[in-house]
Amino acid sequence: MTSIAVEHHERRKPLMATWSFVKRHVLTVYSILFFAYLLLPIAIVIVFSFNNPPGKFNYTWNSFTWDNWRYWNGVPGIQSAVVLSLEIALIASLIATALGTLIALALVRYSFRGRASTNILIFLPLSTPEIVLGASLLTLFLHTTFVTFGFETILIAHIMFCISFAVVTVKARLVGFDRHLEEAAMDLGANEWTTFQKVTLPLIAPAILAALLLCFAISIDDFVVTYFNSGSDVTFPLFVWGAARIGAPPQVNVIGTAIFVIALTAMLVNVLVQMRRSKRAAAE
Amino acid sequence: MNVFHRHQNATPYLLLLPGVLFLSVFFVVPLGFLAYQSLESGNIDFGYAFTWQWSNYWDAIHNYRDEFIRSIEYAGIATVLALVFSYPVAYWIAFRGGRWKNLLLLFIVAPFFVTYLIRTLAWETILSDNGFVVRTLGNLHLLGILGQNGRILSTGTAVVAGITYNFLPFMALPLYVSLEQIDARLIEAAEDLYASKWHAFWRVTFPLSLPGVVAGTLLTFIPAAGDFINAQLLGGPQNHMIGNVIQSKFLELTDYPAAAAMSFILMAGILVFVFLYARLVGTEQLTGTAG
Repeated sequence: MTSIAVEHHERRKPLMATWSFVKRHVLTVYSILFFAYLLLPIAIVIVFSFNNPPGKFNYTWNSFTWDNWRYWNGVPGIQSAVVLSLEIALIASLIATALGTLIALALVRYSFRGRASTNILIFLPLSTPEIVLGASLLTLFLHTTFVTFGFETILIAHIMFCISFAVVTVKARLVGFDRHLEEAAMDLGANEWTTFQKVTLPLIAPAILAALLLCFAISIDDFVVTYFNSGSDVTFPLFVWGAARIGAPPQVNVIGTAIFVIALTAMLVNVLVQMRRSKRAAAE
Repeated sequence: MNVFHRHQNATPYLLLLPGVLFLSVFFVVPLGFLAYQSLESGNIDFGYAFTWQWSNYWDAIHNYRDEFIRSIEYAGIATVLALVFSYPVAYWIAFRGGRWKNLLLLFIVAPFFVTYLIRTLAWETILSDNGFVVRTLGNLHLLGILGQNGRILSTGTAVVAGITYNFLPFMALPLYVSLEQIDARLIEAAEDLYASKWHAFWRVTFPLSLPGVVAGTLLTFIPAAGDFINAQLLGGPQNHMIGNVIQSKFLELTDYPAAAAMSFILMAGILVFVFLYARLVGTEQLTGTAG
């Protein structure tokens, strides 16, 4: 593609070539500015995690300190909030990914009555504003008594909005999946379960991992739905919300930075693993 | 589709059962409860009764017309800005990204790795009264147009800026996906047939990227219209959107029926938007069957 484009430009008159060169640079410069804009708030979050704020507002730079990192849990309530967020994210992502993977398998592998309506059921939570998801769950929990507000309701809410993301992620991988591999295993005498275990599962494992990471990230970041259904329990985003009203302490930036770095690393590892897998598959 | 599982008709249903059951109980049924609640009357102290209280809806529209309009307005402006900002970059990555594509895409989604609320608080820092943005705008004599009383915070500009930034990846990613799928030879063919670059873009590239534009617009507009975090943290009371009202009615004033009615109006408004949009661009674009 690029070589064709280059040839194409060489055939043009020099003036046109210069013009397109300039235009190409305009786009590149613009893109760099765009990325600067995109990353600026992240840089602010990281930099201000090392700030020693002059007053209760961590808005203006004062002086550098390691103290916020050393005493990351020095603010009352922050540690339990982080722990609760991690617990919820871990359990919710595991359950939602399991349920979502099963749905994705059914949707891609089988044609059955009700397939179209299942697709709609998966699509709807993704296209409903979060505030409506949160509000409707709240009315359910207010009208029923089978759960108590707090851990249980937060967990249910998080599983609910994660399922659709898990289905979409795993489905994308299953669609581009070579069915002949499974058929070959079956022809060689493997039964359906063995085929699934030995052929299907290893092949869709990266997608399942991606779904897990995505659900974890969405869960740990969720504010709106949690806010409606948390009772008196406090997750990390709820802690930030409460703290923001009186001036968020720099420890909030510390946790934010830590989550950012860990998420970025996980994404990079996932990309690298997938690259090595495809390389190994190509070599075999 | 069904190559070797034809004999087992129960399998798909067994696979679906746990997930679909969960979504039915905790997504579909709650919407029913919300609908029921929206037609109740009463208050938290004396209890609520179902009375087909349609007036909840009329009252909501009547009393909070400004907030509804502001939600549509802010979300609409933010969606257009996000489209204009991210289209050139999505184009750049798709056609010029080469082997750096995946890394650049990681940059695009990087904001999602920072907690939403913390990202928004960072904008509070950036737009603060003695920050460089306010100073620069002041020097350019734009502060009077974009801000108010020499401030950007607590104005509509700050809320729109926050919404635009927070939902930008939702716009950029679908744009990239649809641009990446375009066969570059089609554009070259147009140019070989003496279309100018400008014409080739508007007659070939842009129409082919429409599925991405549509998906990005919906993915940005829908959450933006229901948002209340940006209005709460970056705006003032005069910038409140319908999300702020629903939130406070539900959680602070415990006026559940009114809040439930407003949630439904918000959803209906979004459905109308999706429908009109579908009429405008064609349903095939919307459901993605064209791509």
